[in-house]
Amino acid sequence: MSNKTLTRMDLSEAVFREVGLSRNESSDLVERVIELMSDALVDGGQVKISSFGTFSVRAKSERIGRNPKTGEEVPITPRRVLSFRPSHLMKDRVADGNKKG
Amino acid sequence: MIRSELVQKLAEENPHLYQRDVERIVAAIFDEIIEAMARGDRVELRGFGAFSVKKREARVGRNPRTGETVSVDEKHVPFFKAGKLLRERLNS
Repeated sequence: MSNKTLTRMDLSEAVFREVGLSRNESSDLVERVIELMSDALVDGGQVKISSFGTFSVRAKSERIGRNPKTGEEVPITPRRVLSFRPSHLMKDRVADGNKKG
Repeated sequence: MIRSELVQKLAEENPHLYQRDVERIVAAIFDEIIEAMARGDRVELRGFGAFSVKKREARVGRNPRTGETVSVDEKHVPFFKAGKLLRERLNS
């Protein structure tokens, strides 16, 4: 395990290596992919990328929470949360790649 | 939205690129994320979210059909946490 953190820059670099585009155009494309996925989630609720995984938005209804410091009961407002279900391919690659020995 | 619709949209916005190249670009992005996690790395996309790897400790499980105990090895699983901006956009 190398435990690095990759960013948009590393993804742009991967696009740059893959196709003969400029670094600028590569990074614009990465940005656009992220925007299109975000917009689709905000308006449509689901993004399915085959062999990667599925992002979906779930609606949560109001529930009673508790302020852990004071013990006071407070309502948690209804909200939409994002969940991600990895593909089998991703699960297998992550499990195999991080196996020790 | 599915993968092919994402490719389609990008191709429409970039008429100077062949659809085949747009497919390769999209694949390069998602493959890079998977490869990073396979190495145990995190991928942080500010505003969207972060992909990371979580370790599940070895445990003693049970075969639900027979009730027999089985040992389950330690394993690593992918994890995604939505970014602050996206969480806010989902709730505004």
